[in-house]
Amino acid sequence: MIAFLVALAGGLGAVARFHSDAAIARLHNLRMPVGTLTINTAGSVLLGLLTGWLTFKAGAPDWVSVAGTGFCGGFTTFSTACVEGVRLLRAGRPVASLVHAAGGLLAGLLAAGLGLWLMSL
Amino acid sequence: MDLTAAARRLPGGRSAVVLVGGTIGTAFRAALEAAFPAQPGGWPWATFLINLSGAFLLGLLLETLSRRGPDVGVRQYLRLGVGTGVMGGYTTYSTFAVETVRLLEHGAVLAALGYAVASVLLGLAGALGGMLLAGRLVRRATP
Repeated sequence: MIAFLVALAGGLGAVARFHSDAAIARLHNLRMPVGTLTINTAGSVLLGLLTGWLTFKAGAPDWVSVAGTGFCGGFTTFSTACVEGVRLLRAGRPVASLVHAAGGLLAGLLAAGLGLWLMSL
Repeated sequence: MDLTAAARRLPGGRSAVVLVGGTIGTAFRAALEAAFPAQPGGWPWATFLINLSGAFLLGLLLETLSRRGPDVGVRQYLRLGVGTGVMGGYTTYSTFAVETVRLLEHGAVLAALGYAVASVLLGLAGALGGMLLAGRLVRRATP
């Protein structure tokens, strides 16, 4: 049952990503695909908070894996970030590709660290 | 493809294929993470291999679809269901980010750096490899 709920939460996370990405694309006119980066950063804060909850608060309740492994995992995506980076490279924009990859990594790590740290307080 | 035509007429048909795909992709990832859990302070092999294989497969899929024709009809549903859904749900950035920070917390600074940099660089290489492979295997549809 929990395995099914985790999977379903991942599906809902994917739908949330699909609509957030479209909404973010309507909001900006940057020449950089920032939708996936924004989604990955937001999901990393949330997973940091949830992981911190497991570490610093009590027990390992099932809803944490539904929200963490399920929703956050389905919401964020690694594959699309890679494909976007390669597309920038192939469009002859190596600097944009580097900023995209390194910026996404740095933002994701800071976000995850922030979430974990907040729960340790 | 009556099924696709029917799905297209439904409001939220696109969301539905992303939901189904994302559920399947997440089920695969969750099963692999459960079977091969990362040891504290150790290299997170499951997420690492999931993300690299997913980047390769997404590159392969998207390049194949774009070579076969414009992003409409069945091709669009395949992109959303298999690409945005299955591959998006299968791979994960949040777990990757939290695992890297946890390695840092364990004092495994080199492993954390190695995991982060190797994931990003090999992920890009994987996506590029998938695209190049599709370029060799899939003939461009003549308009």
